[in-house]
Amino acid sequence: MKTAVIVFPGSNCDRDAQVALREATGQDPTMVWHKDGTIPEGTDLVMVPGGFSYGDYLRCGAVAANSPVISQLRAHAERGGYILGVCNGFQILCETGLLPGALIRNAGLEFVCRPEVLKIESTNTAFTSAYTGGEITIPIAHHDGNYVADEETLNALESEGRVAFRYVDNPNGSARDIAGVISENGRVLGMMPHPERAIGGHEGGTDGRGMFESLLSAA
Amino acid sequence: MTDRSAIITAMQAEQDETSASEHGINAEEWDRLVTRLGRQPNLVELGIYSVMWSEHCSYKSSRRHLSKFPTKNKHVIQGPGENAGVIDIGDGQAAIFKMESHNHPSYIEPYQGAATGVGGILRDVFTMGARPIALVNALRFGDPSHPKTRSLVAGVVAGIGGYGNCVGVPTVAGETEFHSGYNGNILVNAMAVGLADQDKIFYARGATPGNPIFYVGSKTGRDGIHGATMASAEFSEGDEDNRPTVQVGDPFTEKLLIEACLELMATDAIQAIQDMGAAGLTSSSVEMADSGGENGEGIGVEMDLDKVPQRETGMSAYEIMLSESQERMLMVLYPDKIDLAKKIFDKYDLDAEVIGMTTDSGRMVLKQFGETVCDIPVAPLAEDAPNYDRPWVEPNKRAPLDMDSIPEPEDYGEVLLKLMSCPDMASKRWIWQQYDRHVMGDTVDSSQSQGNAAIVRIHGTNKALAITSDCTPRYVAADPYEGGKQIVAEAYRNLSAVGAKPIAITDNLNFGNPEKPETMGYIVKAIEGMAEACGTLDFPVVSGNVSLYNETDGIAIPPTPVVGGVGLIEDLDKVATLKGAQEGDVLIAIADGDPTPGLGASLYLREIHGREEGPPPLVNLDKEKGVADFTRSLIEDGLLNAVHDVSDGGYMCAATELCLASGIGANLTFPASGSLLGYFVEHQGSYMVAVSPDQVDEVLTRAKAAGIYAGKQGDLGGDAMVLNQDVINLPLAEIRKAHEDWLPTYMSKVD
Repeated sequence: MKTAVIVFPGSNCDRDAQVALREATGQDPTMVWHKDGTIPEGTDLVMVPGGFSYGDYLRCGAVAANSPVISQLRAHAERGGYILGVCNGFQILCETGLLPGALIRNAGLEFVCRPEVLKIESTNTAFTSAYTGGEITIPIAHHDGNYVADEETLNALESEGRVAFRYVDNPNGSARDIAGVISENGRVLGMMPHPERAIGGHEGGTDGRGMFESLLSAA
Repeated sequence: MTDRSAIITAMQAEQDETSASEHGINAEEWDRLVTRLGRQPNLVELGIYSVMWSEHCSYKSSRRHLSKFPTKNKHVIQGPGENAGVIDIGDGQAAIFKMESHNHPSYIEPYQGAATGVGGILRDVFTMGARPIALVNALRFGDPSHPKTRSLVAGVVAGIGGYGNCVGVPTVAGETEFHSGYNGNILVNAMAVGLADQDKIFYARGATPGNPIFYVGSKTGRDGIHGATMASAEFSEGDEDNRPTVQVGDPFTEKLLIEACLELMATDAIQAIQDMGAAGLTSSSVEMADSGGENGEGIGVEMDLDKVPQRETGMSAYEIMLSESQERMLMVLYPDKIDLAKKIFDKYDLDAEVIGMTTDSGRMVLKQFGETVCDIPVAPLAEDAPNYDRPWVEPNKRAPLDMDSIPEPEDYGEVLLKLMSCPDMASKRWIWQQYDRHVMGDTVDSSQSQGNAAIVRIHGTNKALAITSDCTPRYVAADPYEGGKQIVAEAYRNLSAVGAKPIAITDNLNFGNPEKPETMGYIVKAIEGMAEACGTLDFPVVSGNVSLYNETDGIAIPPTPVVGGVGLIEDLDKVATLKGAQEGDVLIAIADGDPTPGLGASLYLREIHGREEGPPPLVNLDKEKGVADFTRSLIEDGLLNAVHDVSDGGYMCAATELCLASGIGANLTFPASGSLLGYFVEHQGSYMVAVSPDQVDEVLTRAKAAGIYAGKQGDLGGDAMVLNQDVINLPLAEIRKAHEDWLPTYMSKVD
């Protein structure tokens, strides 16, 4: 599987994404600098990493969504390529319109970093097929992870099986406890929890491995 | 003052003693200045002298005492004197670390004060070529009931999180305490740890004449002017008006600066580099000039201030030189590398300009609008700074505590609940949950397990650094010499408790006004006590910071010398934390075996009886090392499931914390002889460990052979903390609730 990681100014989980992809695929992802980088032809999966793109002094992800690299990301999506947006990456995907909804300030108004139990809503997706269902624990770390969308959108997401994960103990006020959503074509996932911080050997645990294993078999 | 000629006239105006006094330069220092300069300074020159000779930059009250610290062992590559300390951690790599205070700004403007404290300490570390891998902070606030405390906690925590989370360096450990002695002066001490290759370490020293001086990072604004001077004076009522002098942080720019600097450092472009911290462009250029030359003989600098990127119009040379705008670096480049450097900074959209040249004149020459606004010799700024031998008096020894004056509590369970939920002991989850502890993917153990020390993996290896911060101001107030020893010993203990080999410390000495002989006495004796411990434990000081004048309306803070310790873990498969205990494990106390020192200066005495009396517990440094080595060897051999050092609240609280972390209750038996109060005595050189039943004999046998005390305290199991059957019998859940609820409940109250 060929992978790439987009690096915006202020991305800070780009290295974490790089390590996770390297461990999962056995080869280094291409690191794509937002200004003049190129997503290589034949890339199967693009990761949009966490962080504070452009400082996120404006609405989170709003500036990054207008960065030069985004046209390539859109083209990759239109080709049916896989995209995984984590945390700030999820915010950016919502800002670009590649995923529905938006992420606003946590209901508790504070940054929250803690292990979070997630309920896997479906194992019939490219991102979750390696899981056997049930619950996994993945760390979160965000200030703006409160997922919102209009009722119609939320109903559609649920009826189309596009809610990937729900929080068991909602940490941020997200509508219907939604922690991650999938695009209509099933190829784009945005989620606030960090699977790349749960690949083993440290405090984040190992429950994120399943996602990379799922993608490996899908691509 | 947008008119250029008016600015130049003001800059070049000759200054007198009155003006010097307004700059915090006293009569004696003024005489020295005029003598050395051979004339009276102009405004720019006076401004430069005033910050370079401030307590904050010159350490003029503490320098002669700081020299008592041991600063070398076989691991030390760079001790005090550079931006941060550097230690050898093997495999050609180095750990680079330092702790620094941002106390005064954080009291005036808690969010920005704390945020820029984090930014500043990160720059100290990556200036030397290290990628920052961990942040730690030691916080002290006033009494929870003081009207300002809650908002200060909220602001400081948000500021630390706001900066560290954005810049993408995990905040992995820390401590937070409350005492009325900090009502008027809170303490915000931040520590950063970085990782570098030994052949890619950069220093402020070594610049030679004829090379370009390169300014990178944020533009210079009017923020933070005289910050160093503010940090060198007492507060008084109404100092909130100083708010405009607190700098504003921009972690996004800092993140770009880290990446750009590390990218440039991978080339051979930089000859010398210094971050712009306190006293900004002044101290960075003076320090590089003063330590420049092939043999450190010093060089000169000439800078054109019109070339300095500026955020505001009409700034004077005085303002440009004294600005403490954040996220700026100064470097001396090799002349043929300017284009390369500019290209890298352009990639990150950061300002980068050549603003001058190094010279062989030994002078600092500054120009603005084509006019010379400063022309002074460099050496006196740094080397002739005052070095006072402040008068000091030996602190009074406290009378021994009469144990008969302490009544047996009616309900030991109530006592345990009260201690576990008192502000200093209560869980700080509300704080550390707001810090990203996991970014960079190498955090093996953090505040999350409420343990002894954080464990951060050295990226791409199976090795790790253990990191802790420690200070027990109660003990230092009771006896600065013994308290000073204890701080260093506790850091040593905390690192050993996770299985790390302690290597070196950074320190942050927070005290009141050194011009008062009583306060100076505490400074001197605490340093001497710390120095003795550093020497005996082979645990030298490699970097540090002194914060004095922490006084408001004549009332000083409790003496608070904080230590940040770093240790090395060679094999991550051989560590221990608080949370690994299993059902059926036996709790064993490992100790130096010295007699019970009593409850003097203990948390128990303060929280249960409201008494801050008596001498502190004593540390036996020789035995400390032996017990630590022994405990570490048990961890290495996989004999311990969980380990906790004994500190606040004695054995009882150590056992309770271990049980909370492991989620298992315990059935403890305190020996029949002696009062049960002994279980709350804060024994030094002691550890509480959890051992599998089949390993108990092995541990006890080894202890006997090593001449170290090891005694069974009870068994782990069930869901209650039980002491001597019914003396205490509390559900763990009830203790956890009290322990966890105090801080969030306090923070959610509205005044």
